[in-house]
Amino acid sequence: MKFTSLLATAAMALGLATGAMAEDKTKVGFVYVGPVGDGGWTYEHNQGRLAVEEHFGDKVETVFVESVPEGPDAERVMTQMALEGADLIFTTSFGYMDPTINVAKKFPKVKFEHATGYKQAENVSVYSARFYEGRAVQGTIAGRMTKSNIVGYIGSYPIPEVIRGINSAFIHARKVNPDVQFKIVWAYTWFDPAKEADAAKVLIEQGADVILQHTDSTAPQAAAQAAGNVITFGQASDMAEYAPLPRVSSIIDNWAPYYIARTQAVMDGTWTSTSTWDGIGPGMVGIGEISDAVPAEVKAEALALKDAIASGAYHPFTGPLKKQDGSDWLAEGETADDGTLAGMNFYVEGIEGDIPN
Amino acid sequence: MDLSAINPVLLVASLMVAATPLLLAAIGELVVERAGVLNLGVEGMMIVGAISGFAIAVETGSPWLGFIGAAVGGAILSLLFVVLTQVALANQVASGLALTLFGLGLSALMGQSYVGIKPPAMGKLDIPVLSDLPVVGPILFSHDLILYLGIALTAAVWWMLKYSRMGLILRAVGENHDAAHALGYKVIRIRILAILFGGACAGLGGAYISLIRVPQWTEGMTAGVGWIALALVVFASWKPWRALLGAYLFGGVTVIQLNLQAAGVAIPVEYLAMSPYVITILVLVILSADKSRAPASLGRIFHASH
Repeated sequence: MKFTSLLATAAMALGLATGAMAEDKTKVGFVYVGPVGDGGWTYEHNQGRLAVEEHFGDKVETVFVESVPEGPDAERVMTQMALEGADLIFTTSFGYMDPTINVAKKFPKVKFEHATGYKQAENVSVYSARFYEGRAVQGTIAGRMTKSNIVGYIGSYPIPEVIRGINSAFIHARKVNPDVQFKIVWAYTWFDPAKEADAAKVLIEQGADVILQHTDSTAPQAAAQAAGNVITFGQASDMAEYAPLPRVSSIIDNWAPYYIARTQAVMDGTWTSTSTWDGIGPGMVGIGEISDAVPAEVKAEALALKDAIASGAYHPFTGPLKKQDGSDWLAEGETADDGTLAGMNFYVEGIEGDIPN
Repeated sequence: MDLSAINPVLLVASLMVAATPLLLAAIGELVVERAGVLNLGVEGMMIVGAISGFAIAVETGSPWLGFIGAAVGGAILSLLFVVLTQVALANQVASGLALTLFGLGLSALMGQSYVGIKPPAMGKLDIPVLSDLPVVGPILFSHDLILYLGIALTAAVWWMLKYSRMGLILRAVGENHDAAHALGYKVIRIRILAILFGGACAGLGGAYISLIRVPQWTEGMTAGVGWIALALVVFASWKPWRALLGAYLFGGVTVIQLNLQAAGVAIPVEYLAMSPYVITILVLVILSADKSRAPASLGRIFHASH
């Protein structure tokens, strides 16, 4: 009994000591939904974390927890990080939204940054990338490249971010190929290579020769490669190991500049709750090298679209556009406002099927 | 809706592939539990098998050596469980959970340099005439050999448990280890062999995912199949053929629901997504309405002096 209490005291003293020592370092925590080796979404967030370490060197200490399920577990992980003295915590998946808000309430002095959500608080910022801008480029290539006119799309969860991507890709595929059809499969997971591979195989069996994915692993790329004559796009990360075929291009998330800027703000004491939504222009969304499997004129067309989006000359959601039920959404020349995009819960005209609730 | 887009032959063929990792892991665990040991480390042994098999297949260029390596890898990891529960007499539930956590971490470490590499392809069965038959050919005669191994293993385990002396001893150990001990059977030794067998099977199942079903290495790629295998053993009332049925049902409904989604069937996707779990549990619960029950010594620690 005495021995254990002695141990406990020693442990506490040690904890206090290290706590005091860590005082002058800024501690930044990251909560990941998948493993850092997923080759996609989480991999890129971790690259951002490493960039923060590199940039600040000794002035910063980073911690991360990977494969944290969305739900109560996430709350525990965040609470633990806050208790261990994190000054800034990035929670990098949509499903961490409510847990982040809940934990933030309990730790008013800790700053939180939630990716891809829409709930802000005094000490909770939100940030996301305009992936739909990249989807427009993918849609253009997909529409030009498909021979069967069937494009398969692996969705994760039916949330606005994913629906936006489907709409953007579809609009631009239709623009260059009026006969194109989308087949959409919801995997109900962000990361499950076996299931993602199954979904890709099913779509290919049903005639798709282009696979777009909004899940995090490279499994659909491998499935497409095994099937042959199918093209894919890297998601979140370049996935260049599958280039030049099946992967013909990619959307690359570049979080590093944002993570560095926000860490700097915490160090300077200038951090405020903000909502950031950047796209191709500011560099948060990158378009991976378009491979030689794509004909030169299609590549030029896709790059022209990318430049137009980057310069702000063109908005991927520009009218005339109708909703799936045929009702008017955007008039000629009108562009979608951020509010509608952030909460997008409808398909545009031409997409078949219903969005799950 | 366009059901004609679904090719039933391809569907059956792919559901067999989807079910195989689950089946292999479940058969292994079934033997372990029949011997009275509850090893919750299936997920960990699977993922270690997945990376061991992947690494060896890539290094040697032979998927066969890969599968052998996967079985050995899974068995070696299960040795840890053996030491904890059979030698140190630790709690089986806690040891099993620890094994899963350890396996996930270890596999991530082992797999560092194998991300994004393509494994050598596994040959498929190709029997002249038979494999070319319409319908029957693609379903029965044109899979990789590991898939047939899964079915053969189910048959072998069923026969072993039901008709062989070895099976009788194994069941005796699982039902009442004190009585088995009194009869002179080496309870610990038999259990160790069962655990090693379970580890090897789980390793094979994991390698099936990384070498055939996906095929690539990604951290955490088994994504919970081990836990489903554990549940399957219970719902299958510890009977091999029911485990096979359950695995095929689960794999089948998973593939069918993706097919239905892609074909645009007007069933809400939420129901489709949960259907593999619901249907499998429902069917197996109905089947287990007979008097089958868990092995009586399941999860209990044995020591000769007690």
